[in-house]
Amino acid sequence: MKKNFPASVRLTLSLIAAVGVFFLLFWLEGQRTEQGMLISILQKSVILSIAAVSMNLLTGFTGLFSLGQAGFMAIGAYVTGLIAMPVSSVDNVFYVSGMADGLRSFKESLSVLPTPLLITLALLAGGLIAAIFAALVGIPVLRLKSDYLAIATLGFSEIVRAIIAAPQLDRITNGSYGLKAIPGFDSGGGRGSLLIPFGVAVACITFIVLLIRSSYGRAFKAIREDEIAAEAMGIGLFKHKQLAFIISSFFTAISGGLLAMFMRSIDARAFQVTLTYDILLIVVIGGIGSITGSIVGAFLVTFAKEWWLRFFDQPLVINGFKVPLLRTGFRMVVFSIFLMLIVLFYRKGLMGNREFSWYRLLSWPARIGRRKKSLPSGDEEALK
Amino acid sequence: MTRKEMTNGRPDTAKVLVTENLTMQFGGVVAVDKLNVVVHEGEIVALIGPNGAGKTTAFNVITGVYTPTNGRVRLFDRIIAENRPRGKMKALYKGDDAGQYKDDVVLTPDKITKLGVARTFQNIRLFKSLSVFENVLIAHHTNLKAGVLRATFGLNRKEEKDMHEKSMELLSIVGLDHLADEVSGSLPYGMQRRLEIARALATEPKLLLLDEPAAGMNPQETLDLMAFIRDIKDRFGLTIFMIEHHMNLVMGISDRIYVIDFGRQIAEGTPVEIQANPDVIRAYLGVDE
Repeated sequence: MKKNFPASVRLTLSLIAAVGVFFLLFWLEGQRTEQGMLISILQKSVILSIAAVSMNLLTGFTGLFSLGQAGFMAIGAYVTGLIAMPVSSVDNVFYVSGMADGLRSFKESLSVLPTPLLITLALLAGGLIAAIFAALVGIPVLRLKSDYLAIATLGFSEIVRAIIAAPQLDRITNGSYGLKAIPGFDSGGGRGSLLIPFGVAVACITFIVLLIRSSYGRAFKAIREDEIAAEAMGIGLFKHKQLAFIISSFFTAISGGLLAMFMRSIDARAFQVTLTYDILLIVVIGGIGSITGSIVGAFLVTFAKEWWLRFFDQPLVINGFKVPLLRTGFRMVVFSIFLMLIVLFYRKGLMGNREFSWYRLLSWPARIGRRKKSLPSGDEEALK
Repeated sequence: MTRKEMTNGRPDTAKVLVTENLTMQFGGVVAVDKLNVVVHEGEIVALIGPNGAGKTTAFNVITGVYTPTNGRVRLFDRIIAENRPRGKMKALYKGDDAGQYKDDVVLTPDKITKLGVARTFQNIRLFKSLSVFENVLIAHHTNLKAGVLRATFGLNRKEEKDMHEKSMELLSIVGLDHLADEVSGSLPYGMQRRLEIARALATEPKLLLLDEPAAGMNPQETLDLMAFIRDIKDRFGLTIFMIEHHMNLVMGISDRIYVIDFGRQIAEGTPVEIQANPDVIRAYLGVDE
């Protein structure tokens, strides 16, 4: 058995942590003017963590290497944006060719709903439509394996982006002008800018964790381990791959919808392949096959990229001496070096395929002490 | 309640597995040539032959990994595979009985497993990075009734609990219960073989296909395995069809034996008959000419 605290201790610690985080977020929301930067980075981190965990469900748990994330996020973002955008701003946004009449009357019929309900509905609709697309695309694509699947899904993602930006769809997606006036998290009037994205993320990730722990999750892992053996044990490959793909796409689209609310205005360029790579990066850094790894990775990567390394971008003069290299864009060089170091020293990402455990966290200082004392011959097994 | 009691009432249960002129041709190579095998309920039947004779290919056709080129496979009274040479194969086909089988029935391996056929693999295929317990637990997924949402929200708690209990029970039957939490890939070879059998049993099969269960075992382990196979056969009311090279095991345990060489069936009979069959001796030892 793995060493751990008794369930009651773990539950208590988790509850304390959850309440702590809740109050911290609540407090941060009140400090919007001073902490604007921190708030927006937290929002972005938590939104990307949903996409990363969904990707991990496919890549880390089912063994399907899919690179269609940006496409599904685009679907989620556009559906959410279109439904949640207030009817009053439609003419401003679609100032070039106007909105299709059917869509407009559909929006008008929805406008009776209170904003929070409308936004919930918008997010869910984004997820469902992405899930339908996933089901259709999955029929041909999921017969492919590893790299070929990655390329096919990448192609799908690019097609989605191209279609969204196509002039023929000007009256629906507003073509290359993009959508604007998408309500943000605080549009309900109350404090929601952090609690809404965090709440949605907790719900989504909890669902995925429960799924992985269920019998279906075990079937996914079996497919990851050995497709032939899994099939011989009665696990329908296509059915289960399709299931994982649909569920993953659903949550990826929810994340896309939240991203639309975070950015307030979106256009197709925001959903290029680089977005998929960002999520892939988070999954790899966190650890393929670790949910907590993906969450930690999302926060770490976003914080490093958007905040901690900012000072590399500003020229720095000490005593009249201008420090070389420090200029706009240098941050990304440092960021890349930092990524290389992580991958070199943590071959399987920060968490490998382990999950967070209070025992490991709290025994960390002790383990470091022991590691120093142990001889070079090292009892690696004992340390684990 | 044993499974035997459940199947007794069914019509035509005498023949569990029947292959009719089963042929598998890859390009111009005939790997299995008109295999006609009948396995009756409760029997232990062995399929033997020199290396490369097509035994594993025959298993792969029966379990749905390959679609046969020609011929039919029946499980109980149900056809689980039927095919005739088509397309390019029409011109390539070397047999003379093409066109006899009109239907085409193609079932994927998981469907065949659901119908009650489980198998092990020649080169063990466990879910290596998962625990011993999980390996067996996963195989129970086959018979899961709950849908995704019910399972995710834990609304099938009783079913889940049953699965856990059954898995633990199976592990204790094969003597691996004390290793339940070990990573399955780290087990010694013989135990991995046992675990693979336990995993196959977890799908609740009626017919168990064993592909060289004694490969790599020493004489003592082979004897243990023989007793073990008999034991699980009686306990679960199984019918067993196996490929094996260890003649001691084959002769000691089988009710009947089929011999194939270069894909072709060269003999059929009880162990005593097979041992005296000149064709078999020729296939195994070669002939002086």
